[in-house]
Amino acid sequence: MENNKLEKFYYDNNIVKHFAIATALWGAVGMLVGLIIALQLVFPFLNFNIAETTYGRLRPLHTNAVIFAFVGNGIFMGVYYSLQRLLKARMWNDTLSKIHFWGWQLIIVLAALTLVLGYTTGKEYAELEWPIDILITLIWVVFGINMFGTILTRRERHLYVAIWFFIGTWVTVAMLHIVNSIELPVSFMKSYSWYAGVQDALVQWWYGHNAVAFFLTTPYLGIMYYFIPKAANRPVYSYRLSIIHFWALIFIYIWAGPHHLLYTSLPDWAQSLGTVFSIMLIAPSWGGMINGLLTLRGAWDRVREDVVLKFMVVAVTAYGMATFEGPMLSLKNVNAISHFTDWTIAHVHVGALGWNGFLTFGVLYWLVPKMWGTTLYSKKWASWHFWIGTLGILLYAIPMYWAGWMQSSMWKEFTPEGQLQYQFLDTVKFMRPFYAIRSVGGLLYLVGALLMVVNLWKTAKQGNFVPEEAAEAPQLIKNVIVKGKEHWHRVVERKPFTMLVLSLVLVALGGMIEMIPTFMVKENIPTITAVKPYTPLELEGRDLYIREGCYTCHSQMIRPFRSETERYGEYSKAGEFVYDHPFQWGSKRTGPDLAREGGDKLRRMNSWHYNHMMDPGSISSGSIMPAYTWMFENLIDYECLPAKMKAMKTLGVPYTDDELNNCISLAQLQAKGIYDDLKKDEKNLLLSEDGLQQDHEIIALIAYLQRLGTDIALTPKK
Amino acid sequence: MKFIHYLESISGVSIYPMISLLLFTTIFSYVLFTTIRMKKKEIDEKSHLPLD
Ligand code: HEC
Repeated sequence: MENNKLEKFYYDNNIVKHFAIATALWGAVGMLVGLIIALQLVFPFLNFNIAETTYGRLRPLHTNAVIFAFVGNGIFMGVYYSLQRLLKARMWNDTLSKIHFWGWQLIIVLAALTLVLGYTTGKEYAELEWPIDILITLIWVVFGINMFGTILTRRERHLYVAIWFFIGTWVTVAMLHIVNSIELPVSFMKSYSWYAGVQDALVQWWYGHNAVAFFLTTPYLGIMYYFIPKAANRPVYSYRLSIIHFWALIFIYIWAGPHHLLYTSLPDWAQSLGTVFSIMLIAPSWGGMINGLLTLRGAWDRVREDVVLKFMVVAVTAYGMATFEGPMLSLKNVNAISHFTDWTIAHVHVGALGWNGFLTFGVLYWLVPKMWGTTLYSKKWASWHFWIGTLGILLYAIPMYWAGWMQSSMWKEFTPEGQLQYQFLDTVKFMRPFYAIRSVGGLLYLVGALLMVVNLWKTAKQGNFVPEEAAEAPQLIKNVIVKGKEHWHRVVERKPFTMLVLSLVLVALGGMIEMIPTFMVKENIPTITAVKPYTPLELEGRDLYIREGCYTCHSQMIRPFRSETERYGEYSKAGEFVYDHPFQWGSKRTGPDLAREGGDKLRRMNSWHYNHMMDPGSISSGSIMPAYTWMFENLIDYECLPAKMKAMKTLGVPYTDDELNNCISLAQLQAKGIYDDLKKDEKNLLLSEDGLQQDHEIIALIAYLQRLGTDIALTPKK
Repeated sequence: MKFIHYLESISGVSIYPMISLLLFTTIFSYVLFTTIRMKKKEIDEKSHLPLD
């Protein structure tokens, strides 16, 4: 290689700068929206009674902004900077880089607009509607081509471990996104999930779980493996450990995830192997944290001085804590306590604020002075940011852990007489002070981030940006492959890249094989004859429920615990959800479970729902549920019903031709029934200026709420 | 509401996790093996890549 001539080329810093700015900008926006919804849980009036700013619409905006806009741009910033340097090559194609950047920003803007306008698929972290899903796929492919193109034209033979993480991310995210987004368009900006009920839930949480793994974790580990050595100016503690870390993680997530469901069907020896394997795999993920921290061995005096390293140390520690807690939360008896409570919220924020947030800040503080050829404007401010941010995380996480635990205990507490000790509303009121402290934590964290933005802005202004950074490296001599004689494996081995991609495709394949039973599960869910498809009006009401994001506060899944069946009625059966495209089990009970809201135990009068939706606080004193006044003005969109019914039929919902052809008049008839019933009680209704009308959206919503959980109640008891 | 129950009632379902388990065990063992056997020089070279 020595006799090979040096080539001169330029690193593209411009694209990194773009992504860095976007990271900081969207980070601030995402956190701000988070703060707003946190405050809304303390002061519900803070949605100003505007549909676009209610909790149910802003919460998906917050999660999507933080995951895909803040961390997403952070990933691309880290990849575009490190990939070029690790491969000693400019990004393969400048135009693709630009398309990637602007395309991704377009997706974010479209996401923000459509989510607040109520266009949503109703599947957590995958809320974006089908045209945006397609756009995401296209841009992701552009990113992939650009990345693989760069790898193929590299001037460095070896692929550093960070690149493995990036490739693993790319392959897996593509697979997750496509499988989970399979949906049937009804119209422009409205679709129904291809899967229903249990199946939809299995696919969704396979996605949700792995999105955390492959969007929030693996790419950031790649960034960690590049930027910590860089900032500390010393190689990673153990390179061997980092490779094992990589493969172990991929396997833990892809294999151990859905596998748990199928575990018991394996033969004994395979179960033992699986157990050994799972335990063996947990170690490396902690190994990863230790690897990151030990990279700084002998440099701890620098950590005290250098704010970049400080942020990174806390980030890696948070990674360790979150990955320890995660497996704990998957234990059955822990999950029985934590699920649906704010404990989960605390857990994800240790990850998001600590791991993703702090690592991003560390990288930004390192990158901006470097690319602008200057030093940080104010070390003091950065240090302040570090302390405010850390305090913010603590003030966020600790109250939420405590409150989550208490919340769960209160839900489960019985009096000596065997009655439930607390009304749901009591637990809501109990949570409020904790929500308030959490908001303070969030506020501090945001203030810190804003301080960083100003600091970096000033840094950039005092420096001089170098858009094209010159570099030199010898060209890589291509491997000559002698055809014919060689064993295939040796050919593969010569090309580490082919080898890598091949093994990743195998991993993806393994993941898919694992998922196949999930696609077959539909046929195996015992049908309950009493369970009937939604009527046209109920279907419309359900779409309103999805539009308003009621699932962000309400579950529809009664677990087989006495404390739940006492409170909500008979536990949920798989067969009850067979027509639910998408499923609406939810993941959080800020409000009570609604799976049997129309059932014997919980059933309310139509007028109760009417008033409650108009002004929850006046019906349930101390409620933090938003008012939905616009539903008392907007009219039901009957025109779209035939298309919706037809789509449902395509998906396998057994509507008759009669129902299909007459869906509008059927809906109107049912609406009239509810209207007539409300009319009887009109003087006690909280009316909007438009008064009581048969065609208001609220009527459809009430139809849906009254339907929930009735199928089973209607079955005569044996 | 036991998912396992519905998944298990699929005939021959165990073949799927089996294939996956074997696939992953094989790749992982191979990776473990080659990683442990990697030469010190190569390790040093690779771990210094970010610093060059
Ligand atoms: C910010 C979280 C939040 C959102 C979003 C939310 N709710 Fe609620 N909901 C609550 C809380 C808290 C309660 C319990 C206090 C009360 O009765 O108002 C509740 C109670 C209810 C109840 C009464 C249950 C009962 O029988 O006691 C119904 C019905 C209900 N919500 C429906 C909805 C619908 C429909 C939507 C969407 C249009 C929605 N909620 C959105 C928080 C929320």
